This record gives sequence, C-alpha cells and structure tokens, in this order.
Amino acid sequence: MRSEVTQPMKASGKSPIKLDFRNEKSHLLDKIVPILLFLCAALSILTTIGIVFTLITETFQFFQKVSIMDYLFGTKWSPLIDPKSFGVLPLLSGTFMITIIACIVAIPLGLASAIYLSEYAHKRVRKIIKPILEVLAGVPTIVYGYFALSLITPLIRGIFPDTGVFNALSAGIVVGIMIIPMVCSLSEDAMSAVPRSLRDGAYALGATRFEVALKIVVPAALSGIVASAVLAFSRAIGETMIVTVAAGATPKLTADPLESIQTMTAYIVQVSMGDTPHGSIEYGTIFAVGMTLFIITFLLNILAQYVARRFREEY
Amino acid sequence: MQTLIEINKLNLFYTAFHALKNVSLKIPEKAITAFIGPSGCGKSTLLRTLNRMNDMIPGTRIEGTIAIGGTDIYSNEVDVETLRKKVGMVFQQPNPFPKSIYDNIAYGPRLHGIRNRQQLDEIVENSLRASVLWDEVKDHLKRSAFSLSGGQQQRLCIARALAVNPDILLMDEATSALDPISTLKIEELAQELKDRYTIVMVTHNMHQAARVSNQTVFFLNGEVVEYADTEKLFSNPSDQRTEDYISGRFG
Repeated sequence: MRSEVTQPMKASGKSPIKLDFRNEKSHLLDKIVPILLFLCAALSILTTIGIVFTLITETFQFFQKVSIMDYLFGTKWSPLIDPKSFGVLPLLSGTFMITIIACIVAIPLGLASAIYLSEYAHKRVRKIIKPILEVLAGVPTIVYGYFALSLITPLIRGIFPDTGVFNALSAGIVVGIMIIPMVCSLSEDAMSAVPRSLRDGAYALGATRFEVALKIVVPAALSGIVASAVLAFSRAIGETMIVTVAAGATPKLTADPLESIQTMTAYIVQVSMGDTPHGSIEYGTIFAVGMTLFIITFLLNILAQYVARRFREEY
Repeated sequence: MQTLIEINKLNLFYTAFHALKNVSLKIPEKAITAFIGPSGCGKSTLLRTLNRMNDMIPGTRIEGTIAIGGTDIYSNEVDVETLRKKVGMVFQQPNPFPKSIYDNIAYGPRLHGIRNRQQLDEIVENSLRASVLWDEVKDHLKRSAFSLSGGQQQRLCIARALAVNPDILLMDEATSALDPISTLKIEELAQELKDRYTIVMVTHNMHQAARVSNQTVFFLNGEVVEYADTEKLFSNPSDQRTEDYISGRFG
C-alpha cells in the first residue's frame, strides 16, 4: 500500500488495473432449471385440481338424481340392491366407529411412547427405536388387515364368542396400532423441541422426572401433540385396506363394535372392484362418498394446522 | 458465621475429564459467597453439585463429600427432590415456564402438595414481594410470564425459587443475560435476600463479586486457588494467580 493515496478511486477509466467482469459461463441452465422445477410443482397441483374437479362434477351429477337430503340424513344404505336407498349415515357411523376405536388405542399409547422416548429413554435407545417406529409406519396396510383378521379377531372372539368374523372392534384396534407410530413420532418431535432450560427450571424446584414430563413438557408441547392427534384421526378416517379386510361389508347404523359394519372407504373399494356399470347411479355413489370423505379429512387437516398455530405455547 | 455447606476433597469427572480437583470449602450461612474464575474453571460445575443438577449429565462421577447442614447430600438417605426444594437455583438465562405469572410461582408449591387456594395466593404474594416484583405485576398475575422484560423474568425466576421455601439459593451467572439496570436490581435483591438465605453465586464478572459478595472463591482449572473475604481477596490477594486474574492480566 502506498501511503500517499488519499483520494477515493474514481471510475475515470484511467486505472492502470484492468479487470474483466463480462460473463464467462452460460446462464442457460440458470434460466431453464427454475422453469423445470416450476413445472414439477405445477404438475402436482394440477393433478390435485383435476382430482377435485372430477369429484365435484361426478358428485354434482349424482345429486341431480338423488336428493342431497336423502343422502345426508337417510339411515339406510343399499345402493346396489332394490329397493335402492342412499342414506350415507350407516357408512359415516361405521367410519367414525373405526376412527374412535383407533384413536382410543393410538393416542394414549402413542403419547405414552413419545413421553418415554423424549423424557426417559437413553439417547442410544432413542436412536434405535425412532427409526424402527418410522419403518413401522411403512408397513403396507394390507398386512395390518390380515393381522386384524387372523390374530385380533380370534382373540376378541375368545372373549366375546358372539362376535362376527368381520367386526368393527378388531379393525378399529388394528387401525389404532397402525397409527401409533405417527402419533408417537410427531408428539416426540414436539416434546423434544421443548427447551432444556424449562426442564432444568422444574427439576431445580424439586420436580421428579414424571412431574417434569407431565406438567412442563406435555403442556409446552401441547400444540404439536393435539395436531398429531387430529392428523391421526384424519388418517384413521381415510384408512382403507384394514377395514376392507377386517371390518366387513355391512352398512349398518349400529353402536355395537362387535358387529360387522362398512366404512366409506371400504364401500368405495367394493364398488370399484365390482362390475357396477360406469355412469350409473350406483357408480355415482362412490364419488359422492369420496367427496364426503375428502371434505371431512380436508377440514380435519385444516383444523390440525390451526390448532398447531393457535395453541402454540411460546417458549 | 456458621458453616452451612462443607465441601471436602471433592473430585468430579465428566467421563474422562477431571472437572473439579480436590476442592475443599466451607460456605457460611446467611451470606453471599461468589465463585469467580475464567470460563471452564469448574465454578458452575461446583455450583451444580450443590443441588445435584449434575446427576442428570450421563458419565458424571463424584468423589469426596458435600455436607449441607451436616448431611452428606450424596448419601443414600438423601432424596434428590427434597434436596432441590431446599437448595433453589436460578439460571443464566431467565427460564420462566410458558404459563401465567401466578402459575409460575405456584408451580413449586403445587408440586410439593399445596392445593389450598388461599395459601397459594399468600405464597405467590410473599415470593413476589421478596423478589421486589410484586408492585410491578400485582395487577396482572394472570398474564403470561413472557410478557415481562428479561430482568423481570429473572426476578420472577428468583421468586419461583423462593416459593418452595429454600434455605440456600444458587445463582448461576444469573445476571449475565441482563442489561446493567436489571443487573443492579438483581444485585440489590441478593443483598436483601442474604439476611434470610444462604446465597452462592457464580459470576464471570468479578466486579459483581466485589460489589455483592461477602466471600469470594477464585477457581482455576478445576482447583480452588484462593478463598477469602471478598474485601481481602480483591485488595490483598495472597496468590499471584489471583492477583493476575483480578487485575485483568488473563481470563
């Protein structure tokens, strides 16, 4: 550095140093890549729009032939046999019975295992168990269906001999088992995110591990836990294979979980697999039922997001 | 002054790391004792042995004894939760629970079985008065603790610790995250509290130790270099390393 230079440099063009800032490489890729990526994103959105559009038009056509009031409030569902009847309540009650049984199984067990993993388990244990749980979430649901049929149902029939081969209880329990990993994993994430300093604060007051878990960690992670429960609920509603295999095909407005029922999803499978002619009213039912299902799960997912945001305890 | 805490030939290891070396100290009751020294000298580690918060760190091993009021706190007959109730702690970062101001203070008493509403109200008021926060928050006890400023949050945490009626209050760099005015308030508070509580504070700010404490312990590399009345330690240290540290030659 020469010390006599005190004036700031001006762009006079007389600088003795020559630097070239012109483009050295092609920017073609930089221009194409965002377009390609956008197309990929657009494709998935377009597909969704297409699906919803089909659902809506087909459902609309269906409701021109069948009164929407009969559909929503009718208590008998027999679209395939005369006299035809299109009351969706039996399917809805079947679906909700499965869902409620599943949640009774999955939420306490999932939450308990999440508390264990986040508050009690040794680091090494957690490192082993968490991936296993996530693998469990990848088991094909048809396998769970046979698990229900060949293991849980005989167990239930051992206790209640009048139980049918196909029943809501067995399918509900197994749907619950299937969603435990999801509840556990999401709740555990929420609990692990609770800062160490909050736990220390409680320990320093003489709280036991259990008190810290129950009175500090769970309340602080409540938004994540509730969101995981709502998502579990939504997942149970949409579950198809287990209920098709194990819950039966008898649309029935009943409160007895030991009876055979039919869920909305299982009904859609039944019609799509059968020889119902395209374009008939019978065929239209699956779009109406599908639309009903779509609206319910859609609302639940929105609820889950709202809950996660609204009830966030700040820390 | 009577000795309340007696640490005898204490050695502490984090797996292979020798964090405290042969520490022996007698800490008097109803006074402020400050631990000073550069980062990593073991002062916080020693503080955390006093309420056994180190128990939760895997791989911690302890030799020697720490007696509080004549009982070895690492012996089998000591219940850790009861110990922590009697030896309260305030942390470096204010860590109020995500609850209301009231529930923050009532958390400890509830934990230890107090359910009576009137009794809880009393404890909350007394604790907040003791930490000089009452006048600022008495009209909105139901508000979230996060609505308070950092300094207020720290005084809330002190009140929370006092609510379970401890004998000893440990302060782990309790002002290092605060602005100078809040720091001053906490220091004044500590002065007031020492008539009723035995206070042990870790500070990396030696001026704070000089201002506030009655005794000062200087740590270096896990050892006690010098332990004396604060006035003497800062005006006439007997160890060269102490003098180097307090005159700012290192640390």
